[in-house]
Amino acid sequence: MSENKKELSPELKERLKAEYNQEWRQKLRTSLKAKERMKISRVQMPERDSEERNKDFEEVNLGLDEEMARREARRCLDCAKPQCVKGCPVGIDIPTFIKLIETGDFVKSVRKIKETNTLPAICGRVCPQEEQCEVVCNLNKATGSPIAIGYLERFVSDYEREKGEIFVPQTSPSTGFKVAVIGAGPAGLTVAGELVKKGHQVTVFEALHHEGGVLVYGIPEFRLPKKTLEAEVDYLRKLGVEFKNNFVVGMTATLDDFKKEGYDAFFVGSGAGLPRFMNIPGENLVGIYSANEYLTRVNLMRAYEFPKYDTPVILGQRVAVIGGGNVAMDSVRTAQRLGAEWAGIVYRRSRKEMPAREEEIHHAEEEGIEFHLLTNPLRYMKDENGQVKSMECIRMKLGEPDSSGRRRPVPIEGSEFTLKVDMVVVAIGQSPNPLIPSTTPELEVGKWGNIEVDWNTMAASMEGVYAGGDIIRGGATVILAMGDARTAASEIDKYLKTKKRKKT
Amino acid sequence: MAKILRRERLVPNVHLIEVEAPRVAKKCQPGQFVILMPDEYGERIPLTIADWDPEKGSVTSVILVVGTSTHKLSLLQEGEEVPVYVGPLGKPSEIKKFGTVLCVGGCFGIGAVYPVARALKEAGNKVISLMDVKANYLLYWEDKFREVSDEFYVSARDSYYNCKEFVPHTVKNLIKKRKIDRVFSIGCTYLIYTCAEATRSKGIKTMVSLNPIMVDGTGMCGACRVTVDGKTKFACVDGPDFDGHLVDWQELFSRRKFYFNDEIQSLNYWEKKEFS
Repeated sequence: MSENKKELSPELKERLKAEYNQEWRQKLRTSLKAKERMKISRVQMPERDSEERNKDFEEVNLGLDEEMARREARRCLDCAKPQCVKGCPVGIDIPTFIKLIETGDFVKSVRKIKETNTLPAICGRVCPQEEQCEVVCNLNKATGSPIAIGYLERFVSDYEREKGEIFVPQTSPSTGFKVAVIGAGPAGLTVAGELVKKGHQVTVFEALHHEGGVLVYGIPEFRLPKKTLEAEVDYLRKLGVEFKNNFVVGMTATLDDFKKEGYDAFFVGSGAGLPRFMNIPGENLVGIYSANEYLTRVNLMRAYEFPKYDTPVILGQRVAVIGGGNVAMDSVRTAQRLGAEWAGIVYRRSRKEMPAREEEIHHAEEEGIEFHLLTNPLRYMKDENGQVKSMECIRMKLGEPDSSGRRRPVPIEGSEFTLKVDMVVVAIGQSPNPLIPSTTPELEVGKWGNIEVDWNTMAASMEGVYAGGDIIRGGATVILAMGDARTAASEIDKYLKTKKRKKT
Repeated sequence: MAKILRRERLVPNVHLIEVEAPRVAKKCQPGQFVILMPDEYGERIPLTIADWDPEKGSVTSVILVVGTSTHKLSLLQEGEEVPVYVGPLGKPSEIKKFGTVLCVGGCFGIGAVYPVARALKEAGNKVISLMDVKANYLLYWEDKFREVSDEFYVSARDSYYNCKEFVPHTVKNLIKKRKIDRVFSIGCTYLIYTCAEATRSKGIKTMVSLNPIMVDGTGMCGACRVTVDGKTKFACVDGPDFDGHLVDWQELFSRRKFYFNDEIQSLNYWEKKEFS
């Protein structure tokens, strides 16, 4: 995550300083001694009981109440040099929004966030704060427990939505430029919000029938309720963003077609396609899903409400999920909720190396998920119907660190054993979606099929085309996609301004 | 949203559906497919494109009524809308001058193989069309096929056509008599499988349009994976056309039939809700 902690831009530094020096801030800061602030213990997120929640799809975390949020905000030391902002890929003015919570002005607080982040209700839920803003929090260094920035972000955005006080800022006067955004996932939604505020005409093209990308097909309801996402999308619509769903750029129209139709700039956020498999025997047996397919059936197609919805999903009784990331946790907890007698993770390294968020692993453990760590599948066996009935695994041990810095797992000879399963979900990552690269020959593509960009500007090799999120990274996080998108949006705005100069 | 311009029953259980989709109509090529949903509760169903009219801005597909979503489609009326209609998807069929080509269609595949036959004819091939039906009243589009074919055959298991053959026998007879350079086959999995088996010994390259279960249809989910020549391929982005001699058919059969019980449950639920 080192690439996230970049130095703040002079402009952002200036803004933070101006806010910091405001009279109300100074007063608030001195109203309570730092020592007293540090005595307050970190708020606990209220959550539903694990035995109750592991049977349905309602949200696990319940959110803070006003009292809890204000108390937590009081813990913030309002540092002269806030580290948290450096840890945030989109550069939210974290101290100001927290101090506004302390004063009780929740609406003003969420508006502060929305100056830099269009989708706070989503980030407050799914961002890995523990390795971004919270890990660098000075309070973390002093006391070992940082401010709960994510919980607070979620609190104010939920507050605004529930109180019906959603504020739609005035957008800049129309520039007359048309921007096509490809993919309505976290990156695309962010770019759209930023550029529409700057007065550009923005159309988002989405292949699926709902906006949200991975937020709608991947992340389950119990982590990110669809109505939360819908509210954020609705906000963008109110800002003037146009959405065209059921439109596969690359197939229904190409970037070249769009150029001819008068689009001036493009952002490609077409995300991850092509789930990866291990290429071991039996992997295409019935009952073996990619995580994308399994989660898409359940989330987007709502197979958990079958037969009210037509799309079915296998209700595995003994389910193994291969992998240790957030997608693996989402899959295994989904299987548990769909009635599995046994649902477990099979991961080749140890718990420490798991890429999933600590909160997700912890929730999974609480809900009764079993972890087969240091274990790797070798092959799958089928029953007479061609469905998977068992998998052969091998125990692993950790060897020398590999290129990712994590210790490489090595098989322990002779340690093979068999697990009885009737469903398997393979959640070991995905490659970038091939449709845009394969239909846009001018675009330079890397060896993983990712679109190559200049990492400072997110500009691709074709003029006026920018890209961000999983299409350039392969498989990353929502907030990194949004960080790319913010950079891209500001560069697209600059690009359009130079274009204007050329025009006149 | 896409408007239904025409929906008619071609033969029992097989319907034509023509939809207003100007963007798709401008782009489609033979062998490609669309994905549609009959309503917001429906499945995403892949349908091979059977015809299109770029000027009118319309795209036509032929559907076989099987499960709930296709039943719903078969009840749609002119002027109604489907919430999801997306395409064209998949790689187009390889069209060039091969010499003599054989186009085999069955069931919904009769409609689907039509634009392939037409394009092959336009590319200068001698086109032999062979349609497989259970009985004569299940054949449609004969006149359209005769227009683009040099020869036209039907294999049927009733007395009307005076033949009691299933497609593999007819294919074998046809390839025995003359040199055929390429075979294209669209229809149910069993039909295209037997077609590929019929040409295997003579080594005539036989392209089959695979119809595995799909969900997103854009390469994201991997539901449609098939093993071709020992490698995993995604029918939605690598296909749907593959060399039939290299497909792992047993795997495809077992993957295709897996949701049968769910389909029956879903259909019962819907019929009860809809007709009681």
